[in-house]
Amino acid sequence: MAIIERPAPGTTVPALIPAAPAITPTRTFGALRRPVATKGWKSWLFTVDHKKLGLMYGATALFFFIVGGLEAVLIRFQLAAPEGKVLNADLYNQMFTMHATTMVFLFVMPMAAGFANYFIPLQIGARDVAFPRINAFGFWCLLAGGIVVNLSWFLGGAADGGWFMYAPNSGPVFSPSNGVDFWAFGLQIAGIASLTGAINLIVTVLNMRAPGMTLMKMPIFTWMMTVVQFLLLFAVPVITVALFLLSFQRSFGAQFFDVAAGADPLLWQHLFWIFGHPEVYILVLPSFGIISEVLPVFSRKPLFGYPFVVFSGAAIGFVGWGVWAHHMFASGLGPVSVAVFSLATMAIAVPTGVKIINWTLTMWGGKLVFTTAMKFAVGLIVLFTIGGLSGVTHSVAPSDTQQTDTYYIVAHFHYVLFGGAIFGLFSGFYYWWPKMFGKLLNEQLGSWNFWLMVIGMNMTFGPMHILGLQGQPRRMYQWTEARAGEGFFNLAFWNLVASIGSVILTLGILLFLINIVVTARSKVRAPLDPWNARSLEWMTSNPPKEHNFDSIPHVHHLDEFFHRKYEEDSATHTMREVATAEQVLAELERNADEHIHMPSPSYWPLVLAVGLPVVSLGVIYSIPVAIVGGVIILYAMYGWALEPSVAAESDFDEPSSNGHNGHAVGTSHG
Amino acid sequence: MATMVTQWELPMAETATHDTHATSTGLSNVKLGMWLFLGSECLLFGGLISTYMLYRGRVSDGPTPEQIYDIPFTSVSSFVLLMSSLTMVLAVAAAHKRDDRGTNLWLTITALLGATFVGGQVYEFTAFYNEGLGFTTSLFGSSFYTLTGFHGVHVTVGIIMLLAMVAINKRSRVPGSKSETVEMIGLYWHFVDIVWIIIFTLVYLIPV
Repeated sequence: MAIIERPAPGTTVPALIPAAPAITPTRTFGALRRPVATKGWKSWLFTVDHKKLGLMYGATALFFFIVGGLEAVLIRFQLAAPEGKVLNADLYNQMFTMHATTMVFLFVMPMAAGFANYFIPLQIGARDVAFPRINAFGFWCLLAGGIVVNLSWFLGGAADGGWFMYAPNSGPVFSPSNGVDFWAFGLQIAGIASLTGAINLIVTVLNMRAPGMTLMKMPIFTWMMTVVQFLLLFAVPVITVALFLLSFQRSFGAQFFDVAAGADPLLWQHLFWIFGHPEVYILVLPSFGIISEVLPVFSRKPLFGYPFVVFSGAAIGFVGWGVWAHHMFASGLGPVSVAVFSLATMAIAVPTGVKIINWTLTMWGGKLVFTTAMKFAVGLIVLFTIGGLSGVTHSVAPSDTQQTDTYYIVAHFHYVLFGGAIFGLFSGFYYWWPKMFGKLLNEQLGSWNFWLMVIGMNMTFGPMHILGLQGQPRRMYQWTEARAGEGFFNLAFWNLVASIGSVILTLGILLFLINIVVTARSKVRAPLDPWNARSLEWMTSNPPKEHNFDSIPHVHHLDEFFHRKYEEDSATHTMREVATAEQVLAELERNADEHIHMPSPSYWPLVLAVGLPVVSLGVIYSIPVAIVGGVIILYAMYGWALEPSVAAESDFDEPSSNGHNGHAVGTSHG
Repeated sequence: MATMVTQWELPMAETATHDTHATSTGLSNVKLGMWLFLGSECLLFGGLISTYMLYRGRVSDGPTPEQIYDIPFTSVSSFVLLMSSLTMVLAVAAAHKRDDRGTNLWLTITALLGATFVGGQVYEFTAFYNEGLGFTTSLFGSSFYTLTGFHGVHVTVGIIMLLAMVAINKRSRVPGSKSETVEMIGLYWHFVDIVWIIIFTLVYLIPV
């Protein structure tokens, strides 16, 4: 809601009452009246608040995490015994394709986007993002994209070409169902979310920092997310081109991947991996950012070598563009290309190693507190290092040629993506839960959650190294007893171990979901600063007020919040507490701004996003439907353009009683 | 309709003054956002141009580029598009002088020049099709129509933006209040022109 009522200056009571249902819109813009609900489902559906959108991203991502997880469990059930009968070959192809697609595009990316949405404005001392309506549009695009991709399950079968969807295998000849069409359109729509999100968050970070917060005083999570947004900004258009080419081939008979007509089968591979390798860093850098926040807090030390962590993150962002062909060593690129990409792949291990050293030295000599968030952070360091080491083995092209398309690769990327990306996200859940919901997740359940996940993950993915080096190929829906081998390297034994591991992993994640329910039912509120944290997002109430900060803090230090709580004793060179978190917050409230300008909710982002899947379904089934979708999009664009991003006070009827002196004038476009 | 528009422009004018002193870089949010978007567009056209360059010689049984390209005709329509960049600059200059009449005049001329270019492209596509190059004829055909088609759609979107801008300006009560929006449309328009210079050189001028 746009209008925030302020008490007169000097009043100590921080009574911030968002102007409420008494207000109704008096004018129409475009065609729809401005939404005004501050409670209930309407306040979520039409919101442009970065915190609400962050939670919506998170909830959507968690839902798809469960979907993708169930798909993974089905795969492991199929492979637990020789000649598995759980899935047939066709369904198995769909299952591994959709498992990877869901986990990459619909869980890790949106979950990171959710954290970024929620915490970047808080960490840089802003009240919202630069383009709040575009932010809402991005979320609805993600949801629409996820729905379109998964709709294919019910409309003739899901995509079945692997998440990399190599052409010509994904062409109409080898993949005749509509699954690939749904997949391509769904990812195209989800790509809009990534692109608009990238522009929005980069502008937010560059333009909306609190006074005094130079780039090198920014919290490290914000830094890593900024690198990620730049990767998205330049990687998404490349996959956009690839998806358009594929859709044009499948829907309109273009020849891009028709080898009989002379097409080059490597075109898709290059386009896909020019996007796909930066994508790997898009998945893992957010988690690097999260644990770089968590480790210092629970080591009671500043982050060791902050500039090195920043610049190694940026270096990963740059070098990440020069390693894509290591996914294609087996495709016969020629010795020069292979040598160049081998060297670049070895080189990119260096900035990653720098980070691991920084994290380790952050903990070195610290007063370690092993909360669940900290356990997941340490777990990330260990598991990601294992995955990183097997990754370096891929840079050795002759050895990689042996490992290509075996379970060794599956083992590697699950160690970096599950052990890296997902452990980091779980660390973020436990660390930031009290900030988002005002309650601490149960630590005891958390501990069980962590240990089951560690054991389950190592049991599932560890044996895959052995399976892969023994030669078990990826994406085969069955393996046979006759070729399982003997003794320690027996495939049957390790496949069974991996399948049992996946059940333990599932139990661990189930405990997390139970923990959410238990916490939601608990009446115990979290203290204001439960972890003795260091960065700006903790200088707000739990959960933060709608406008985040009563007054925008002036920043003087990296770890500004810590330096407001502690000062160095010049005699003993130790830090002593000079203010509690409550006192710091009270100080901000005392200097509260009189007029706070917040963006207003809007219908248009949702309406515009609804048009996109309609167009997709139309192109697949019937062109007139696509035209209807186009009309919805045009209508929404005009409505959007004709609606100012921030409502003027005169747009609303005055509340019936209580003289209110607050008014809202905008500072942001949408 | 008119009252509706005048009622919403006033808070917008106020918004603009709020914005300029608030950002950390000094650039307004919208301008920075547009630059980032154009950076992303570079990779989009990069992918399409690469695809075309890979496939331009693969004509199957269809016509070759040399057989169908009409270089003098495309040179003229390219010149028309480049001139529209000049008129766009004049529109932005007029907007900065808060001269709404001049702005609208130059915006309209820019839109007309852009429409001439798109019209030329439609004529060219029709001629090529009649000479035997369809979208599905050959790899050359698929990649040619996709690349130039994407560019044509970008020009068309630009024309819609220009005309919408004229409509908005006509209903504005504060002269020059939309100068930044004019400037943003200008950034987009110049970008699309620069992409055409690259496409014209690589696609039409350099022989296979």
